[in-house]
Amino acid sequence: MSDKEFNYYISGETGKWEVVIGLEVHAQVSSNAKLFSSSSTQFGSEPNSQVSLIDAAMPGMLPVINKFCVEQAVRTGLGLKAKINLLSVFDRKNYFYADLPQGYQISQFKHPIVGEGEVVLDMSYGTKKIGIERLHLEQDAGKSLHDQDPIKTFIDLNRSGVALMEIVSKPDLRSPEEVAEYIKKLRSIMRYLGTCDGNMEEGSLRADVNVSVRKIGSKDFGTRCEIKNVNSIKFMQQAIQYEAKRQVELLEEGKKIDQETRLFDTKKNETRQMRSKEDAHDYRYFPDPDLPPLKFDQSFVDEIKKKLPELPDDKKERLIKDYKLSNYEAGVLISDKDTSDYFEDVAKNSDVKLAINWVIGDLFAALNKIGKSIKETPISSKNLSKLIQLIKNNTISGRIAKDIFELMVNDHRDPKVIVEEKGLVQESNVGELEKIIEKVLKDNSDKVAEYKSGKDKLFGFFVGSVIKESKGKANPALVNDILKKKLS
Amino acid sequence: MSINKDTIKKISKLARISVTKEETDRLEKDLNSILKFVEQLKELNTDKILPIASVSDQPLTMSKDEIKKINEKDEILTNAPEKNSNYYIVPKVIE
Repeated sequence: MSDKEFNYYISGETGKWEVVIGLEVHAQVSSNAKLFSSSSTQFGSEPNSQVSLIDAAMPGMLPVINKFCVEQAVRTGLGLKAKINLLSVFDRKNYFYADLPQGYQISQFKHPIVGEGEVVLDMSYGTKKIGIERLHLEQDAGKSLHDQDPIKTFIDLNRSGVALMEIVSKPDLRSPEEVAEYIKKLRSIMRYLGTCDGNMEEGSLRADVNVSVRKIGSKDFGTRCEIKNVNSIKFMQQAIQYEAKRQVELLEEGKKIDQETRLFDTKKNETRQMRSKEDAHDYRYFPDPDLPPLKFDQSFVDEIKKKLPELPDDKKERLIKDYKLSNYEAGVLISDKDTSDYFEDVAKNSDVKLAINWVIGDLFAALNKIGKSIKETPISSKNLSKLIQLIKNNTISGRIAKDIFELMVNDHRDPKVIVEEKGLVQESNVGELEKIIEKVLKDNSDKVAEYKSGKDKLFGFFVGSVIKESKGKANPALVNDILKKKLS
Repeated sequence: MSINKDTIKKISKLARISVTKEETDRLEKDLNSILKFVEQLKELNTDKILPIASVSDQPLTMSKDEIKKINEKDEILTNAPEKNSNYYIVPKVIE
């Protein structure tokens, strides 16, 4: 399947440069309550309406860890085929910022809950393994609004204390395209597991992007810059393109790269240095005295393992094997769990070949047009299988099926009901078809003469005219047969 | 290990605590004497001892994933020096 070669390099004046990228993805745990408090994590609520005394860091409050969040971190770790650490430690990461009322973030520094794992990407030039360095649990900070007042910042602490999984990749990514595939794959794994909804618009998934460049063939890594808090795949790709080019230009001018934190300005499409740079970050990590180490035994992990669903890679393999789908078709289906579930429902109750074409063809186009996801589809998997059955048993023609499909998109109805109500049952009565054919041949006697004198191409015209005359109901196979006889 | 005036300046900046010249002199003396006291621990051989994160052997207690605190914003914002439309208001901080 490697029909292409990897070819993402930056061409400089001194030759080609390779881009080296590592990601720190922040994925919000899909919990009801926060990591260390019982406030809600609901998105889009009234400002400061989901803040407990713990989240506001009132003196004397003690954090109590949410067991569900621990389980989701382990689940995600297992989904990444990673090592689960039975002992992990929460540390305080100290920094001063207005939306961090504690003055420190509770995170895991030396002993994360999950160790090394991997994610497999399906690129056009073959599969590629991306190493996972670690996954740890930490608190989110609050939200600052800087645009409400010229000299004031508005702070909403609803997000303060929400559980995040920080998933750190190894510096294994080499292009914006690989980064996009990596994020999509990670998101798909977490959605299958149900551990993170992966909603980037709501900030449930965002990433810090580490970029460095080096001459092709060089084994050493260059000095990297970290682009903070990028919240869409498109912006990640743009930021990497800009940043890689900037670094190549500096190096070719004989300058050095400063290891620094940068921001991506989405309006100007460029990265720039953060102002706080002179306060070189000094987080003064130390174990949080409020929280004893997190310990569990192997049976806790095994229980979670037993309940793991089928994951994207396994599902893809099974779809190719069980339904004889192509790599491409299976890849399209598994990118979203709801889509592959839908397809399997349809295929089991109708016909595999027709099911795949209708799902990734007509259904995708229709959903796209009305701006809905497969979860909100107006055509249930049950109704689509009924439609396919109607085609299979020759009740309706493929052409009529398309019309019925359009109607189903609008009124969500059972295709059988539509067929009966509109009298769209395929005409397979030879006597009736002959009548229509006679009429068409009579109306086009000139064309019949031309056909008989050797213009074979006109056959298609006759078939089309007959189908049209029957208002699309004529069984095309029968029309073919009868026409051949009549015209011979 | 010892602490000089620059270290004190750095720590006070990170902690957002302003320290006067006199205080710096006193802190330098105090902190160095504390460090010297603690450094006696170095006389012990700890080669085979793992660092401990907590002296208590208590396991971490866990809670259920349940929402118990519902909209305490009035109480929470009582402590805000300045507020507006249910937001905390602080001097402008921008990256």
